[in-house]
Amino acid sequence: MNLLVWVVEGTWPATVDAARDLAASGSEPDADVALLHVIDPAVAASAGQAYAGLLGRHGWPPSRHPDPGAAIEAAAVAAERDLLEAALQRLARPARTLSRQGRLEREVVAACAGADLLVVARDGDLTRVGPRSLGPATRFVVDHAPCTVVLVWPEGPMHTQLPPPPPRERP
Amino acid sequence: MSTIVTLGLLLAVLAFAVGRPRGLPEAVAAGPAAGLVVALGLVPVADAGRELRALGPTVGFLAAVLLLAFLAEQHGVFAFVGAAAARASRGSPRRLLTAVFAAAAITTAVLSLDATVVLLTPVVFATAARIGARARPHVYACSHLANSASLLLPVSNLTNLLAFAASGLTFAGFAALMALPWLAVIAVEYVALRLFFGTDLRTPAQPVQASREAVPRYALIVLGLTLAGFAVLQPLGVNPAWVAIAGAAALAVPLLRRRAIAVRSLITEANPAFCAFVLALGLVVLGVRRHGLGRLVDALAPGHADFLGLLGMAGLAAVLANLLNNLPATLVLLPAVSGSPGLLLAVLIGVNVGPNLTYVGSLATLLWRQILHARDAVPRTLEFLGLGALTVPAALVVGVAALWIGLRVSAT
Repeated sequence: MNLLVWVVEGTWPATVDAARDLAASGSEPDADVALLHVIDPAVAASAGQAYAGLLGRHGWPPSRHPDPGAAIEAAAVAAERDLLEAALQRLARPARTLSRQGRLEREVVAACAGADLLVVARDGDLTRVGPRSLGPATRFVVDHAPCTVVLVWPEGPMHTQLPPPPPRERP
Repeated sequence: MSTIVTLGLLLAVLAFAVGRPRGLPEAVAAGPAAGLVVALGLVPVADAGRELRALGPTVGFLAAVLLLAFLAEQHGVFAFVGAAAARASRGSPRRLLTAVFAAAAITTAVLSLDATVVLLTPVVFATAARIGARARPHVYACSHLANSASLLLPVSNLTNLLAFAASGLTFAGFAALMALPWLAVIAVEYVALRLFFGTDLRTPAQPVQASREAVPRYALIVLGLTLAGFAVLQPLGVNPAWVAIAGAAALAVPLLRRRAIAVRSLITEANPAFCAFVLALGLVVLGVRRHGLGRLVDALAPGHADFLGLLGMAGLAAVLANLLNNLPATLVLLPAVSGSPGLLLAVLIGVNVGPNLTYVGSLATLLWRQILHARDAVPRTLEFLGLGALTVPAALVVGVAALWIGLRVSAT
């Protein structure tokens, strides 16, 4: 079984825990687990753009400070390394790590090729069941992933009165 | 004919500054263009001299403020700000956004937009990454506030420095009139970003063990005294540029003594090429104004500083800033409004808030970067433009309304 785990800032411990449980409970004990993190280059690019928009500043001799876009690019790679390292430790079993760059939702769906199962966490305010429990990127992944998707709640599911009362009908 | 020549020179200077062939500094084109404007008699030598003498102190002030920001960073001010923001967030991306807003608004106001773009933004990214928040809203907030939070003080933006020299306002008077617009515009940005990035901001992050950065007490005190010095000493006839230079010297001495920085880096960070560019651009724009554009601007500029006049002026300034870039836009518009502090400050609201519409400062830069990035992963242009379209018109209206109220109150 090929298990892909989407590691996202803020919610990754839940996906890693779910993946550990899934891999342990599977019929094949040696499930192949891959931890995927995606960097969105638009974040660094936006800082680079803001710098490029400053007319006349690109002086000579060049200053010690790199373009903030380049600085953020490097910091993003370092943060990704730390995040995947922490995720591997939490998983506590051998796994591959995958790093991709691009639009989050498209890269995750592309990375699903060959996977049997994708583990994703919900986003948003965990003290509310919804609506808008999925951000735009997660929504796209849930819709378009070419494999089974396991959607987990960080900090465990909420215990609510089920089902919620129907919306009041408008006359 | 002379209109076409001067306009052609200005466009060539701006095109070079946007394209920067071989990474050459922008002054490489602006300097010869300014020389040509004088040599061809498009600007009489005496007028050119007067313009340079008028711009000189402003450019000196600019160099000192750039140095102040660099030296503050060397003293660890931005690392401290990042650690304080992380602590204040207590693991909540929303609280981190609030802290980032405070940090970016104050940094921009006190140390200029360059400091926010170049020095603060990378720190904010690192801070967001450290608490495990999705960094996009926080980084975008910095880029936006670098422009829109640069209203408060003359030092916040080069456009303000240029206008301040022409306004006849005192340092404190400028700040008093711009305080309300500054707060109003920041409030608009805050609401817009909270709405735009709702889901990312509601996803909880992990609180981290707070690393205790040493408080850079000396640097913070020097910055505070410098700021107070601007306001207190200017009515006594001391040019604020000297106060800024004194502040920079006070920050530089301990670093030089510790050999933490070299004298050479002081020169580099004052960015002499940028200063030369501003002087040269001033002369080229003077040529353009003398040959036709000045009359056109005077005709377009509203005559009265009532609410609609202020709004029209800010709108005109915002449009021009997006077409040209806000630096030449300011130079073009200032002489038309130098008689009215209200209209002059409305110009500043336009040229400072406006650039967020095209998010890279101007249409020309935007198009050029689209061409450059046509093949590789194009940055999220539409998303940026959407955010700009959401905030800029609202910020302009709210900022102008706040200015109008301030003018009414100060007139009574």
